[in-house]
Amino acid sequence: MPIVLESLAKIGFMFAVIMGMVPLMIWAERKGAAFIQDRTGPNRAAIAGVRLAGLIHPLADVVKLIFKEDVQPASRHKALYNLAPWLAMTVAVSTYAVIPFGDYIMIGGKKFALVVADLQVGALYVLAVSSLGTYGIVMGGWASNNKFSFLGGIRATAQMISYEISMALALMGLMLIFSSLRITDIVVGQQELIFGFLPKWGVVVQPLGFILFLTAVFAETNRNPFDMPEGESEIVAGYHLEYSSLKFALFFMAEYCHMVVGAALITSFYFGGYQIPGMPRAFLEAHAGGLLTGQLIAIICTGVIFGLLFLRRVQLEAGKFGDERDREPALGAGFWFLVALGALGALTLKPWTIGPDGASMVATVAQVMAFLGKVVFFSWFFIWVRWTLPRFRYDQLMHLGWKVMLPLGLLNLVVTAVVMALV
Amino acid sequence: MSFEGLPAAATKKKVNFWESLYVIEIAKGLVVTMSHLVKNIFATSEMPTLQYPEEKMVYSDRFRGRHRLTKREDGTPKCVACQLCSTYCPADCIEIVGAEHDDPTIEKFPLTFEIDLLRCVFCGLCEEACPCDAIRLDTGIYEMAADNRAAFVVDKDFLLNNTTDGTL
Repeated sequence: MPIVLESLAKIGFMFAVIMGMVPLMIWAERKGAAFIQDRTGPNRAAIAGVRLAGLIHPLADVVKLIFKEDVQPASRHKALYNLAPWLAMTVAVSTYAVIPFGDYIMIGGKKFALVVADLQVGALYVLAVSSLGTYGIVMGGWASNNKFSFLGGIRATAQMISYEISMALALMGLMLIFSSLRITDIVVGQQELIFGFLPKWGVVVQPLGFILFLTAVFAETNRNPFDMPEGESEIVAGYHLEYSSLKFALFFMAEYCHMVVGAALITSFYFGGYQIPGMPRAFLEAHAGGLLTGQLIAIICTGVIFGLLFLRRVQLEAGKFGDERDREPALGAGFWFLVALGALGALTLKPWTIGPDGASMVATVAQVMAFLGKVVFFSWFFIWVRWTLPRFRYDQLMHLGWKVMLPLGLLNLVVTAVVMALV
Repeated sequence: MSFEGLPAAATKKKVNFWESLYVIEIAKGLVVTMSHLVKNIFATSEMPTLQYPEEKMVYSDRFRGRHRLTKREDGTPKCVACQLCSTYCPADCIEIVGAEHDDPTIEKFPLTFEIDLLRCVFCGLCEEACPCDAIRLDTGIYEMAADNRAAFVVDKDFLLNNTTDGTL
């Protein structure tokens, strides 16, 4: 029974992280795209005059999508049409089961590993489940009984088959080096330092493999420049053309979940997972008090700086809108000064004299934050690339997949194997 | 077939080895987009975007907005219902019914004067055709929204008392 509770708690944490990331990603996508294109982006939706730089918009979107009419084509295949978005969503989320988001946590003298399922064949599970993700798209495309949707589904299949191979080949090089399929082993293996300063991250020991894996992940998540199944300029909206309301929202969320999964995979395989370079767990625990104090001081500085920036806006933008939104700068300044004050209050508790239990907890939190930080960066990377590169043409996509990435993947594997045999 | 006479854009640019690897070129592109992002985060107020209902575009004085009918000193329309504007109108959006005027020095006056704003192309030819300077497009109003088509057919009274707040 405790193992069930333990798993449920971990699943709950991971699910909360993903579901919290999705609206943030949608916000980052819209705002980032706007700033890259010299626009201001969403900044209208407000709750009591607080707009949070457009963060209210995802909330408004959700409300809108829930209350919209669910228009369905009369000639659809009812069961598959309704199943497809749920399948896409479920598969997108289930990859997280094998990704470690921290080392372990000590609660009441007991160690709990921070991974939902520490499978011996974790990497295989990732490959298997990520290709399952295409089923939702294919089913949605076929069940809609629409030629464009169907084309989107076919494209998704072809793309998955082409890039799955490169992805697996890139991972095989990594498996040779860390001689394990278990993701926790791979993450722990990346803790070592090469030449005393370079972390033995996957990206350092397998640079070519990293580029191949990154490209393949972009293709697996159906993100630009590989968003062939959607291809709005060619096949309208592809597989989700006939979907509306909540079912469309599920497809939309599945895409962003896929991105977060992709970012977590890149982090775990090639960027040391939850490891902080040069700071192993023992180091973190030994210096926990100092780290905590430094962190609090950093929070105080951030709070004061942002508070002052908001104070400046209070002066600059007095009466700019003539309604509730004018209160926003004052509220922002108040919030940031409160944060600074709270951190200042925490300093009076003498965080530098923290006990061994507290030190262990600080180390765990620091590692989870490191993992989340890397995931957020790579999630942003997906958005960044989308607004930089144009979409590939279909034949270019196939050319890249079969004629460039497959040979390079094989070459990478052979070279890695030879080097591993010699060293 | 020779491409030598064609302009540079019509011939395909030679891609050298490093460019054909994509990776470096993609990194360059990422730097370009990120530089825009960073610049815009720190200089949001310098963006060309207008926050529309609060900020509005300033058009030139010659901008042709919604029509108005000019008045004589006694407040009656200058229009003599000569039908020149409606004859000249390329969109056929002006509808005038004329009637005899009480004053013998004035030939006629418009009993009704209707403009269908949805058909109007704001070309200003009615303004040029008018012999009495009775119709002008100088109000500068460009916000003309309504939720039914009938509201866009504006009558004489409306055109004579044209409001400037943009509401129909």
